[in-house]
Amino acid sequence: MTASPPEPQAPITRESMPDRRGESLTGSQIIWESLVREGVTVCFGYPGGAIMPAYDAMLQYPVHHVLVRHEQGAAHMADGYARVSGEVGVAVATSGPGATNLVTGIATAMLDSSPIVCITGQVPAHLLGSDAFQETDITGVTLPITKHNYLVTRAADIAPTIREAFYIARSGRPGPVLVDITKNALQESCEFVWADEEPTLPGYRPTYTPLPAHIAEAIALVHKAKRPILFCGQGVIKSGASDALKAFVEATDIPVACTLLGLGGFPASHPRNLGMMGMHGEAWVNTAIQEADLIIAAGMRFDDRVTGNLKTYATGARKIHIELDPSEINKNVKVDVPIIGDVREVLGELTPHLQKVERPNWLARISELKGDSAVRDIKHLPDLGKLYAAHVIHDLWRLTDGKALVVTDVGQHQMWEAQYYHHEQPSTLVTSGGLGTMGFGLPAAIGARFARPDDNIWVIAGDGGFQMTACELSTCAQEKLKVNIAIINNGYLGMVRQWQQFFYGGRYAATPIVSPDFVKLAEAHGLKGLRVTSRADVAAAVREAEAHPGTVVIDFRVEQEDAVYPMVPAGADLHDMIKRPARQVDGKPAVHNPIFETGEDR
Amino acid sequence: MSADVHKRTFVVWVEDQPGVLNRVASLFRRRAYNIESLNVGQTHEPGVSRMTVVCHADSDTAKRIEANLYKLVNVLEVDDITHKASLIRDLALIKVRATSDNREQIVRLCEVFRARVVDVGPENLVIEITGAPGKIKGLVTVLEEYGIEEMVQSGAIALTRGVEPSMTRRNNSRPTLVA
Ligand SMILES: Cc1ncc(C[n+]2csc(CCOP(=O)(O)OP(=O)(O)O)c2C)c(N)n1
Repeated sequence: MTASPPEPQAPITRESMPDRRGESLTGSQIIWESLVREGVTVCFGYPGGAIMPAYDAMLQYPVHHVLVRHEQGAAHMADGYARVSGEVGVAVATSGPGATNLVTGIATAMLDSSPIVCITGQVPAHLLGSDAFQETDITGVTLPITKHNYLVTRAADIAPTIREAFYIARSGRPGPVLVDITKNALQESCEFVWADEEPTLPGYRPTYTPLPAHIAEAIALVHKAKRPILFCGQGVIKSGASDALKAFVEATDIPVACTLLGLGGFPASHPRNLGMMGMHGEAWVNTAIQEADLIIAAGMRFDDRVTGNLKTYATGARKIHIELDPSEINKNVKVDVPIIGDVREVLGELTPHLQKVERPNWLARISELKGDSAVRDIKHLPDLGKLYAAHVIHDLWRLTDGKALVVTDVGQHQMWEAQYYHHEQPSTLVTSGGLGTMGFGLPAAIGARFARPDDNIWVIAGDGGFQMTACELSTCAQEKLKVNIAIINNGYLGMVRQWQQFFYGGRYAATPIVSPDFVKLAEAHGLKGLRVTSRADVAAAVREAEAHPGTVVIDFRVEQEDAVYPMVPAGADLHDMIKRPARQVDGKPAVHNPIFETGEDR
Repeated sequence: MSADVHKRTFVVWVEDQPGVLNRVASLFRRRAYNIESLNVGQTHEPGVSRMTVVCHADSDTAKRIEANLYKLVNVLEVDDITHKASLIRDLALIKVRATSDNREQIVRLCEVFRARVVDVGPENLVIEITGAPGKIKGLVTVLEEYGIEEMVQSGAIALTRGVEPSMTRRNNSRPTLVA
C-alpha cells in the first residue's frame, strides 16, 4: 500500500483562520484552537501514540511545531522562550516516557518561576489506572513541581482548562502548568466554546496590594539607614521593574547587588551596581552585605546559594523584603518589613517618598573593599600561552559589545559568565539558577531564538553539560536555526572537580570526562565547527561564527584545572570566602592563574 | 525555629475536586511540615469540602503554612484557629473485651466519660466516644485494663464558635501576613 502524497495546501494564517466557535470540533482541534487564541505561534514537542490525534489536527493550524530530540529539550525550549519573551512557552509530549522526559524541564521552570504550559497525551479514560501501555500518572508525578496541573478526560473540558492553564502559568508568580489529556478526549467531538474573559478561579489569588503601613515603615527605614544595599532579583526582570529600579537608585543613591537571575535587571555599567552576590559573588559585594545596616531585597528569595550560613548572615541589617509570593516571607531569612506585591509597583510607590541621603562613608567603604582586590584588567592580562575561560568570556563580552543574548548551561562556565559578561539589559541572560540543570543551555537557546529572531544568541556551555542535550544540534539543523555555541572545554566536570580540589583532597572521582570531537560533531549535523586553543584566536573565531548563517559550535580548549573565585563554601559564612590567589607571589606575577579578583575591568 | 513551636489547628476550605487531598498532603510532606492529623469531609455548601489539619509549628512557620496553602489553586480559604475560641473533637470507636462479669462496670465507666456503648457482643463491647483527644486518651487508659481488641480514632475536626465565614469573605481572604 502506498500513501498518496499529501495535497498541497495554502498555508493557514491567523488571519485566514475561520472563527469556529459554536461548531462541533474534536478535542484535538480544540487544543489548537485554544492555543492560537492564547497567542501561541510556536510549540516544542515530540509525538507518540496517545498524543497522535492532536498532532494530526495540528496541521490545520498556524502554530509552528519544533520537533525536539528529547522531551527534556522541549520543556527547556518552552522555558527559554518564556524567559525572554515574557509569554507562556508551550511543550507537547505523549504519555508515559514522553511525559516523564519533561520532568527535569518542568522542575527547572518551577524553581525559576518560568511560565510554561506542557500538554501531554494520556491513555484513554477507561484505561486509567490499569497500567495500560505507556500509562504514567504524570499529574501525580508532577504535582510537586508544577504550579498547578490538570487531568482532562472530556473534550468539552479542554478549552476551559487550557485557558486556565495559561492564566495560572503567567499570572502572579509565574510557573509551569501541565495539562494531561486522555486520548478519548482528543478524539471525541463537542461544541467549541471559548470564553475571552479571564477565568475566575475562586481560590486563586495571583495579585497582592502592599499594605500602606508596610510602605510607610519601609520609607522610614530607608531614610534612617547609614549603610543600605538593595538586592535585585529575578522578580525585577519578571515584573519589568528595571526602569523603576533605576529611578529608585537615582533618588536614593543606594548601591545595588544582583542575584544570578537578577543580572541584567539593573545595568552592569551603572555606577551604583556592585555586581553579583553569593557563593561566587564578588568579595566586596558579600562583605558589603555583611556590613550593611539595611537590606532592601527586591524580587529575590534568599536562596542558600546567596546567603551562606543563615546564622551569621547580614546580622546587622534590618531587612525589607519586596516579594509577590507571601510564602517566601521569613522562609530563609527573617525580615523586618515584608512588602507583598509586584516589584515594579512597589518601587514606583516608594520612590516619590524618598529623599536622597548622603552616605559618603558607606560608598567610600565599598570602594575601599573593591580596592582590596587587585585590578582585573583582563583585556591586558598576560595569557602566559594559556587560554582561560575568563579570557574567552571577557573577549566574547567585548566582541559582542555586551549586547548578546547569552544562554548558559550549569557549572564553572556559568559562574564565569556571570562574572565576566556584563549585562546591561533585562532578559539578556538565560540561566538555570534554582535547579542548576545541566543540559539546559542549548535547548533554552533554541526556545529563545523563536522569541528573539534577530538577536545575537550565544550559548556558553561546559563540555559535560553540553553533551547532556547535544542531540538538539539536530533540531538546530532541521529548523535551520542560528545559535552560536561556545563550549568551555576543560576536560572535566569542572565545577565538581573544583569542589573535589577544595573539599575532597583533590581526589577526582568521576570528573575527568572524555568528549567527542565537537568540531566533527557539529559537522556531522551539517553545522559549522571551530576549535580555539589560544587567546589570540578567540576574536577571529567569534567573528567567523557570527558571520556564518547557521549554528556554529566553537570548542574552546581552556585551562583544565582553573577554579571559580571567590567562593563561599556551601553553608559557610558569607564573608568567609576562598579568594583568588594573590596577584603577586614574592614580587613576581603569580604563574598558576593570572586571573585576579578585582573591582574594575573596563 | 524558635521556642513557640506548638500544636496548631488549621481549617482549610477546598474545592471538592479529585486530587485536592493529595495536593494538600503533598504540600505538607514536601515542605517537611509535621502533620499530626488531617481530616476531610463535606460541608453544607455544594462543591466545598473542609479539612482540619493539626500540626506542630512555630508561629512563623504557621504563617508560611497558611501562605503555602493559599498558593494551591483549589484552596478557598485557610483559617489558623489555634488561638480562636473553637470546638475541637475527635471520634473514636473502641472494641473492648467484656465478660458478663465486668460488662456493667465498663458501661458505668463509659458514663463517666460520656461515651456510649454502640454494640454488644458475647465477648466484647464497642464503645463510641467523641471529645478532645485528651478525654479519649483517658478512656483508653482505663479500658486497657480490660483488654482493647481494636480501636479507631479520627483526626480532629474543628469549628470556631460564633459566625462562620461567608462565601464573599472567603473569596477575598488572604494569608494573614498581608491581611
Ligand atoms: C543534570 C545535572 N547533573 C549533575 C549536576 C551536578 N553538577 C553541577 S556542575 C557539574 C559539572 C559541570 O561540568 P561541565 O558541564 O563540563 O561544566 P564546567 O563546570 O566544567 O564549566 C555537575 C556535574 C547538575 N548540576 N545537573
